[in-house]
Amino acid sequence: MSLEEGKIMGTEEIIWNAVATFLTLCIFTFLYKDNPFYKFAEHLVVGVSAGYFAVILYYNGFVPKLITPLRQGEWVYIIPAILGLMIWTRFSKKWSWISRFSLAFYIGSGTGFAIPLYMQNYVIRQLSSTMLPVGFTTWALFTNILIIIGVLSALIYFFFSKEHTGFFGGTAKVGIWTLMVGFGTGFGLTVMGRVSLLAERVVFLREYFIELKYYLYILFKYGLPLS
Amino acid sequence: MREFPWRKILLLLLFIYLTFFSVSKAIETEPPVETSSAVQWFNPQRINVFIILILFFAFVLYFIQRAKKGESLFVRRIAGLDAIEEAAGRAAEMGKPILYISGIEDMDNLQTVASMIILGNVAELVASYDVPLLVPICVPFVLTVAEESVKQGYVKAGRPEAYNPNNVKYLTQEQFAYAAGVSGIMLREKPAANFMFGSFFAESLLMAETGFSTGAIQVAGTANIHQLPFFVVACDYTLIGEELYAASAYLSREPKLLGSLKGSDLAKFLIMIILLLGVVLESFGITKFSSWFFVQ
Repeated sequence: MSLEEGKIMGTEEIIWNAVATFLTLCIFTFLYKDNPFYKFAEHLVVGVSAGYFAVILYYNGFVPKLITPLRQGEWVYIIPAILGLMIWTRFSKKWSWISRFSLAFYIGSGTGFAIPLYMQNYVIRQLSSTMLPVGFTTWALFTNILIIIGVLSALIYFFFSKEHTGFFGGTAKVGIWTLMVGFGTGFGLTVMGRVSLLAERVVFLREYFIELKYYLYILFKYGLPLS
Repeated sequence: MREFPWRKILLLLLFIYLTFFSVSKAIETEPPVETSSAVQWFNPQRINVFIILILFFAFVLYFIQRAKKGESLFVRRIAGLDAIEEAAGRAAEMGKPILYISGIEDMDNLQTVASMIILGNVAELVASYDVPLLVPICVPFVLTVAEESVKQGYVKAGRPEAYNPNNVKYLTQEQFAYAAGVSGIMLREKPAANFMFGSFFAESLLMAETGFSTGAIQVAGTANIHQLPFFVVACDYTLIGEELYAASAYLSREPKLLGSLKGSDLAKFLIMIILLLGVVLESFGITKFSSWFFVQ
């Protein structure tokens, strides 16, 4: 609830929003330097989120992906359960080598899944989309030339088998310039996004203090806290 | 100079063609009587991905074989990676720790895998300089891999007793809480060097900017293009995209990794030729070639 919605905060909301306001200001104190307020907020958020994720992993991972299937008689899930238990051997110096089997299985399967996807999405799809007609008759055909030059020179920059000297080095330089133009655009876009996040936080603080002023006014004038 | 095994590659491609194209043709020519869904072991519409992958693997295997036979494979200098040794030396001189951040993704992300290999090499280097290596981790499973990588690095350097398991620690899986925790470590421990290699998102600038404010040498690398601009502006050296994957080969000089690096270079050369050919054909109105590369 906020002023814009035409409602005034109750006692409970005032208290909880006070916590949010206090923590926001604690984090903002970092702009000055490291201090006990920032330390408090940092430790709180790290601790709370670590606990929160432990619960999330239990209810979204352990229960639906192991306990429920096993209860339904899908015994094949015993294999990942054993692999998971093998990780616990890391607590023993003598048996910790057993955990490497689980690590190898996870990294191997993860990489096996990822490589074809990377090849498909980051290489072949890009290659297919860059095969554009070029020419000088229309503006679109001309800009396609720039795209092709940018892609080829950027690819040359990522050649590791040849020293970047002479014509090859010059082309690689065009490639890095192309990348930097792209980075500059991305930087500007993201910074604007971050500024809007800051604006949202400033609006939150402003609204809270206005709400607090009204709340205290009503409290002291009529002696009745709002519910 | 060894001869390139064209014959073997051609035979391999012919085998793929006969096996899967014939299957896909048989599927296409059957009259559509009724439709039903079933488990598919092979998607004939993705044959292009399969062939390109096989070709890529062939290149990599070929160069691995060459590297294993002791042939010296040239890899150009990568400034960002040379800076790692410089940073470790600086940390030793100052008597301050080195901070290594491996991103916020799990081990099924290739960037995290590359980061763990680099971590092993950095640990080996750091062990010989006798400075603490702090590794705060975001994802629980990555913690076990990171512990193993660092331990291996210290063993390789011949100093297993210098490994301190408490320096590799789990913080939290929440993105911004992790960023806050890492920023806190940067401010309190004041590392002489910060290495950030892996998959990063919106937290990249928060960490890189804090590291910059502490005066540490910063070397970062990621393949997430939206985060690269932040590393470029806030770090001393940045590994862009594939340089991150090249880093592990560059640092370790292991035949397997060097072979894959050279193999990917050859694949890039092939991609450039295909691209140019595709552009020329498209310009003349021939679309059959480019449509073969279309992935549904």
